[in-house]
Amino acid sequence: MASSRPSDHIDSPAPEAGINQPRLGFMGYLRFFWRQLTSMRTALFLLLLLAFAAIPGSLVPQRSSDPNGVVQYIRDNPDAAEVLDFLQVFDTYSSVWFSSIYLLLFVSLIGCIIPRTKHHLQSLRTPPPKTPARLARLAGFTSVNSDTADAPDAAITSAQKLLSKQGYRTRLFDETARDGSRELSVSAERGYLRETGNLVFHSALVGVLVTVGIGGGFGYNGNKVIVEGQAFTNVLSGYDTFNPGRFFSDDVLVPYTIAVDKFSAEYEEENLDAYGQPIDYTVDVTTDVPGEGEASGIIKVNEPLRIAGSNAYLLGNGYAPWITVRDGDGNVAFSQPVPFLPQDANLTSVGVIKVPDALPEQLGLQGFFYPTQCSTDVCGSALSSVHPDLRDPTLTLEVYTGDLGLDEGAATNAYALNTDDLTQVSGRNADSPGLLLKLGDTVELPNGLGSVEFTEVKRFVSLDIHHDPTQIWVLIFSILVLAGLLTGLFIPRRRVWVKAVATPTGTRFEYAGLARGEDPGLESAVEDIARKHSQQLGLKLSE
Amino acid sequence: MTETLVTFSLVAIWSAMAMYALAFIVFTFDLARRSAPAEAPASAALAAAGRGSAASRRAEASASESSRSSGSTAVLDREAGDGATVVPGARRSSKWARLAMALTVLAWLLHTGGTVLRGLAADRVPWANMFEFSLTATAIIVGVFLLVQFWQDLKFLGAYVTGFVALFLGIATVNFYVDVVPLPPALQSAWLVIHVFVASLGTGFFALGAGLSIVQLFQSSERTNRSRLLSTMPDATTLENMAYRLVVIGFVFWTFTLIAGAIWAEAAWGRYWGWDTKEVWTFIIWTIFAGYIHARATRGWRGSRSAWLAIIGFSAVLFNFTIVNLFFKGLHSYSGM
Ligand code: HEM
Repeated sequence: MASSRPSDHIDSPAPEAGINQPRLGFMGYLRFFWRQLTSMRTALFLLLLLAFAAIPGSLVPQRSSDPNGVVQYIRDNPDAAEVLDFLQVFDTYSSVWFSSIYLLLFVSLIGCIIPRTKHHLQSLRTPPPKTPARLARLAGFTSVNSDTADAPDAAITSAQKLLSKQGYRTRLFDETARDGSRELSVSAERGYLRETGNLVFHSALVGVLVTVGIGGGFGYNGNKVIVEGQAFTNVLSGYDTFNPGRFFSDDVLVPYTIAVDKFSAEYEEENLDAYGQPIDYTVDVTTDVPGEGEASGIIKVNEPLRIAGSNAYLLGNGYAPWITVRDGDGNVAFSQPVPFLPQDANLTSVGVIKVPDALPEQLGLQGFFYPTQCSTDVCGSALSSVHPDLRDPTLTLEVYTGDLGLDEGAATNAYALNTDDLTQVSGRNADSPGLLLKLGDTVELPNGLGSVEFTEVKRFVSLDIHHDPTQIWVLIFSILVLAGLLTGLFIPRRRVWVKAVATPTGTRFEYAGLARGEDPGLESAVEDIARKHSQQLGLKLSE
Repeated sequence: MTETLVTFSLVAIWSAMAMYALAFIVFTFDLARRSAPAEAPASAALAAAGRGSAASRRAEASASESSRSSGSTAVLDREAGDGATVVPGARRSSKWARLAMALTVLAWLLHTGGTVLRGLAADRVPWANMFEFSLTATAIIVGVFLLVQFWQDLKFLGAYVTGFVALFLGIATVNFYVDVVPLPPALQSAWLVIHVFVASLGTGFFALGAGLSIVQLFQSSERTNRSRLLSTMPDATTLENMAYRLVVIGFVFWTFTLIAGAIWAEAAWGRYWGWDTKEVWTFIIWTIFAGYIHARATRGWRGSRSAWLAIIGFSAVLFNFTIVNLFFKGLHSYSGM
């Protein structure tokens, strides 16, 4: 049994002191190194090191989960950030040092599992070992005397049956003790499932790691902002942002469409402690999967839409004021809803409108949208929104003219206006003030540049689309981890012996057990067997 | 209606706090009496009585051995103790300890009542923000403590448990209190019920395991000159074994919490794991306790070293709940603060 465990496992025999190590050759060193790597001590050390190494990533924003936080951090602490970035602290969980710790741990783990699995398979086929000569020193030792010398065979057979029924694997022994008396015994062992559970647990951990690693490679995730009434098609160009895995290829994208029919938000109205807090977000969609036809569905925060092997999650929402711009010639140069990005809980939002088709000059507008503008008697002259719902929708815009830089074909951020080469014609730095529009208003631009109309307000949703073919395997392995853990920890592995010893006046039955691993219930289990067995024999246990 | 319930709930919680404080005082008093010399003869007599009964049992056994020819009756001769329920070094609890236990039960009923009322007031489970989670988690810690008494007499941990809970309830009620508000959409999920509740269960077992480990450290550091107080408590090895059994149960709950959290995160945030700060700390705690379990199985690491790991693990749980919730930025910003 000892060889199934690393040599420094608590149940393995203690190393003999004072033995001179023979000089090691290359292979010897290799074997020595491997033994060290797969020892319990190393596993323990690496586990604790891994816990420790995970800490920095919780103290400093991570590129993977909080990219804006990283940018902010670098701006605030440029000197420290340089060192941290060099040490990959902004990418702790994919850093060289973090990865090497867990990879070493898993090498150690695999090196530990393989020999143990082999040994366990062997022990599953090995019958229980010989009954020890002296049971008296073992756990739960109990003896009972019978004054009949006959039929110890039958008694031991019935003990064997009893033990088998309780799930023990049994083996009979018929021996002669040193003093010449006959000793008939049954040796029983149970709880092989404990070791099985432990091995399943550790192997499933490897399974989790491997599937998580692979999952990132074959999957993809992307994001798309969709205004009510618009649709998204699942092709590369349909996304605003898209992160393919390492082994991604275009043909895993099923070209389905998701049309957002309606977005409804519900806000708390009664409880004044939570006035205006969101209670529910629901997106009504119509989906069209090739070969399956149209269907309607909903997406909620905790209820993603499962569609054609991918999932669509509702991760954000906001307002998209519909803005119509007429140029100096009176032509409609722009008329569409523009998603404004929310900045606070009351959905004060910022947005940008680019009108490259305006004549005589291109127009750029940027400004704020307030779903419920706080009245100036209450909040003063600084505008703000006091409720996320549409109570008094207000739009403020500054207007620029010049070359928007869209013609060069370079990618530009739709949510930012680079004003370096533009001239402000309306706003803080211009002769005429910024525009302020209520729903339905039309305002003339200065210098005969045209007019801006606040036509309508729509809502938009921000959907994340994920595809991870291995996700289900991660779940399956996780469940195996849990199942293995439960069996590995709570199924007792124990040996129990029942021995019939001939005495001058009859027969003495002895009962004892041996724990293999944690087994708080061993003594009462032996006691229970002793009681049942002696009852079967008609022996009374007085106590 | 909501307001009445909230008020009742708060009254119950404040009363529970007072009751816990009282229980803490009586538990401490009991501990002090254990170390007082006057108590020594009594406990020695008790110990002697215990030994006496074992001895008489053996005597009976050997008596019957000599009379075994007299018929087909036989006698069980038990050499080992009475099984797992007897703690070496434990003694019958004093009337002070029993009074303190009664106070604790009373406090716990008030505490649980207050927590349930809070849930009724909010019309949902009472663990959706930091204040409510504090109520529930501490109620579960005490619940586990009381439950474990059926298995083993751990009254000597009473001062630790009631002191800790009274303090934590105080901090929560004064500093973390928030009014009843509806659940934000991200928390509207059956996983809120399961994930958070099981996490608190795990916390309860870890708390007791850490308490036992602390006493264990005292026991083993005083090996040469055991104080009277410590001689009324189980020895270091027994404490370690008990701590292990509790921590292992906590570990299973924690593993479940981790998996359930990942399933929930997948539904709510679109990914099952993203190294969000709270996820990081849940992982760190899990890894520390996996280390603890390994330490128990590694030669040279049993005893004080593994006890330290259990204590560090529980400290990480506390850190995760307080510092990480309040000061670290992340998706889990549901403290309501
Ligand atoms: C990914 C890292 C590892 C984790 C999270 C981990 C976790 C655990 C846990 C939770 C247990 C107790 C559950 C059970 O018995 O089923 C355990 C037991 C055990 N592990 Fe690991 N383990 C890891 C790596 C290793 C490695 C590398 C080795 C080999 C050196 C190892 C050897 C063992 C052994 C022998 C036991 C049984 C302990 C006993 O007899 O009580 N583990 N491990």
